[in-house]
Amino acid sequence: MKKRALVAALVFALPLASSPKSDKRFQKKLGKDDQILHALDRLTFGPRPGDVERVKKIGLKKWIGQQLHPEQIKENVALELQLLPLESLRMTPMETVQRYPPPQLIKAIADGKQPLPEDPVLRATVERLVARYKARKGEVPAGNGAELEPVHPLDEVLEPWELQTLRAGTPDKKRELLETMPPDKLEEMLVAMPRPQRQKLFDSAPTDVRRKILLLNAPQQVVAFDLLESKLLRAIESNRQLAEELDDFWFNHFNVFYEKGSDRFLIPEYERDAIRPNVLGKFRDLLEATAKSPAMLFYLDNFQSVRADVDANNKNRKVKRGLNENYGRELMELHTLGVNGGYTQQDVTEVARCFTGWTILEPRKGGGFFYNDKLHDKGEKVVLGHVIPAGGGMDDGEKVLDILATHPSTAHFISKELAQRFVADDPPNSLVEQMAQTFLATGGDIREVMKTMLDSKEFWSQGAYRAKLKTPFEMVASSVRALGADVTDAWALANQVGTLGEPLYRKQEPTGYSNLNSEWVNSAALLNRMNFGLQLAKNGVAGVKVDTRRFGNNPDAVAKTLMFRSASSQTRSAINKALKDQKQRTPGLVAGLVIGSPDFQRR
Amino acid sequence: MNTRRVFLKNSALAIFGVGAIPSWLSRSVYAGDVHTKRRKKILIAIFQRGAVDGLNMVVPFGEPRYYQLRPSIAIPRPDGTPASAVDLDGFFGLHPSLASLKPMFDARHLAIVDAVGSPDPTRSHFDAQDYMESGTPGLKATGDGWMNRALLKPVGPASPLRAVSLGSGLSRTLRGPNDAIAVNNLNDFQVKDQKSAATFESMYDHSHDTVLHGTGKETFSAVKIMQSIQKQRYTPANGAKYPGGKFGQNLQQIARLIKADVGIEVAFAEIGGWDTHVNEANQLANNLTEFGQSLAALYQDLGDRMEDVTVVTMSEFGRTVRENGDRGTDHGHANVMFVMGGDIRGGKVYGDWPGLADDEQLYEGRDLNLTTDFRDVLGELVSRHMGNRNLKAVFPGYNNPKFRGLLPVA
Repeated sequence: MKKRALVAALVFALPLASSPKSDKRFQKKLGKDDQILHALDRLTFGPRPGDVERVKKIGLKKWIGQQLHPEQIKENVALELQLLPLESLRMTPMETVQRYPPPQLIKAIADGKQPLPEDPVLRATVERLVARYKARKGEVPAGNGAELEPVHPLDEVLEPWELQTLRAGTPDKKRELLETMPPDKLEEMLVAMPRPQRQKLFDSAPTDVRRKILLLNAPQQVVAFDLLESKLLRAIESNRQLAEELDDFWFNHFNVFYEKGSDRFLIPEYERDAIRPNVLGKFRDLLEATAKSPAMLFYLDNFQSVRADVDANNKNRKVKRGLNENYGRELMELHTLGVNGGYTQQDVTEVARCFTGWTILEPRKGGGFFYNDKLHDKGEKVVLGHVIPAGGGMDDGEKVLDILATHPSTAHFISKELAQRFVADDPPNSLVEQMAQTFLATGGDIREVMKTMLDSKEFWSQGAYRAKLKTPFEMVASSVRALGADVTDAWALANQVGTLGEPLYRKQEPTGYSNLNSEWVNSAALLNRMNFGLQLAKNGVAGVKVDTRRFGNNPDAVAKTLMFRSASSQTRSAINKALKDQKQRTPGLVAGLVIGSPDFQRR
Repeated sequence: MNTRRVFLKNSALAIFGVGAIPSWLSRSVYAGDVHTKRRKKILIAIFQRGAVDGLNMVVPFGEPRYYQLRPSIAIPRPDGTPASAVDLDGFFGLHPSLASLKPMFDARHLAIVDAVGSPDPTRSHFDAQDYMESGTPGLKATGDGWMNRALLKPVGPASPLRAVSLGSGLSRTLRGPNDAIAVNNLNDFQVKDQKSAATFESMYDHSHDTVLHGTGKETFSAVKIMQSIQKQRYTPANGAKYPGGKFGQNLQQIARLIKADVGIEVAFAEIGGWDTHVNEANQLANNLTEFGQSLAALYQDLGDRMEDVTVVTMSEFGRTVRENGDRGTDHGHANVMFVMGGDIRGGKVYGDWPGLADDEQLYEGRDLNLTTDFRDVLGELVSRHMGNRNLKAVFPGYNNPKFRGLLPVA
């Protein structure tokens, strides 16, 4: 019982101030070899084969210096090639809406309120979707609408052997067939297929075919898949690992939710233009980029927040528009000051007034940020004691961002969050204070704050070493990296991240996911991690190939290959016993057991 | 109690076969608590995350200013039309999308507590949820949840399934010193490769990892029990139909666990999407439909078992009395709770209505005032339903809860 109590205390007690005992752990220095592994565990999505040697050769200090300047690192060409077909990543929201029409647009076209697109392929897709919409509404009987009928039936498009392969071939054979099919024929085939049959090809389809399937079945899904795919591919294959870790950190800090209306087509631009360029830049720039991003304006409703009296004299408006506090509150609570950062309900209202008129031009059609002075509250506001004089415009909001970005509470809150992500759940106050000082002294320079952390003795201490549990995203990416697996498609891996408890782009609450271990420790998630390890190592995850021959049956050797350190004696003896009991050994079994082990869950 | 005995024979005993009943199971099946001679009572807590608009969930249609302050989103007074409130007592009415719960109210198995919530003034979702789940408003340092602390010290060996949190994470409400597990899907709760299950079990069982060891141990004891449940197909009883969403499915899984007699004592489920800042009407109606139908299905499905079961619902705070500029509502204060169960004195709206007549009656001039502390409600259920009288340990710092009389004195 004693042990249980201890476990509970460790998992659940979040010390407000670090206890002297834990401070001692943060004073003990790490050995040289452990330092390299520690850096790889924390600043990357887990070491790949050869990484330790690579860092050793470059020198740890220099390698960290490189990671802090991602723009100077040459990106992995293979990754860039893989990202190339994911076209929605590079589009403006307006292009995205047109290219991957959401259901509302289909409805508008069906109702004659919008014209059909001009691009012939897209036009064909939209025509079919319009027909399906009408059939569902009962306007046209299903199957009778001309657009629903393919030009040629499937058995005219494909040879019998091709049909046979698609019906009963191995995934590899199917993929080969799809990869070698001429584009015209491929399109004709996909069009001729009934929807469910098309969907069944999904698992074995190469990227461009998969995108075509989605485009025909549910065009908006292409955007979601491109996002997920790119997130996983970058985490696994990018040379700019720290930047990818920070992209995950900042996106989560400024969380937006994919399932909320227009955010379905606004998020690619948000991550690309607001988050990614600023992950090691000035906090003030990052803050303004998110404040002006249509994705955030939509997610936290500010695009609809207007001065309270805007419709007071408008008799035509039965429903009067007015102030919405949602963004004003979360801006202070979650983005800058922190909940105990010293603001009041009055401040929330005043901040909301400052941001009235910060809106989106045509929010349902993918328009950009737009300041509408007519909707702005021109009165005087007082924010955290600062007077913002009457008669201001868009600069009222910018002044608020200035006040918040330079506030000591913000410096402290951001520093603590970074330390919780990169050092330990309970980082010593001394470290957080040091980082906060840098934050204030450098005008919120994130790179400098990171440097302070990476130069601190606390970062390189026993207290930090293996103190973090991997998030599901880190767990999935690090497994693939450790296995040296070949990833052709990453959507199935992204689904796994969701199964382990962290559906990417789908955290509904503005808090984002917690930085703390306790978020991920529970029975359901733990079982899923074990199952994932076994499945991945026996090549059971679509789009990922593991060369199981790399891994023998010696648990310690396998552990060393995957974790670059010995397994704990408990893990080793459990695997040894399993090997003794099992005569028939599945290739990859030992690797799967190591990935599912308690040892592998830490970083 | 004939039905009950027949039921037991068909489920738990059938699962394990004669002579293979674990000791803790035999207790939960036959005796409940041997000392008090009470059958084990079950408490289900449901969290509506995002702050539901309680004023539209249970409509104070007898309050004229409700209609003035909510010109576009108020629910019309009961007039028998489908869009109007469902009259409960001449003053309060249910949102029409909750009509599925009216029969339970009429059968006196559903009680409503109004103007209830956390006394802490925060309007932060995160903090307010945290306070309600820890059961200590204003105190951030509390590491565990009220429902974990509410578990009675087991008389014999405890069932690994006594406390179950539905969903992919272990809810804050159920964290703490007593074993509690998170279950996303009963059928997936296993190591899919049978042979590796024992290997993983041994790894986690012997692990020195302070964080993972405990959870691992709980997990594998639960896996073993779950295997027996997984073998049986589940069909809801009495024609109960759970809605297709996650919430309904989770309530169905709770029903399945209850009926399998595996020693469940407390369960937690949640439903989100209540943060209706914009265009509240449709969103709230859809959510309430799912919410109400799920609760109704659970009630139907459990049938006689409702005798031992109480369900309580809560949400972190209420919403502004005035609608905002976007036909929605912003973060407010007091809210409404539902309490459903066989031993509940239902059919009544409890609480002292603070009124909406002028801004003086409102909390900070904008929100519904609070007249019942949520711990008064939970405390009464913990004490009189679960039989845990040590409320000082369950709600530390809250020494004199004022029970509303939701349950008869045992």
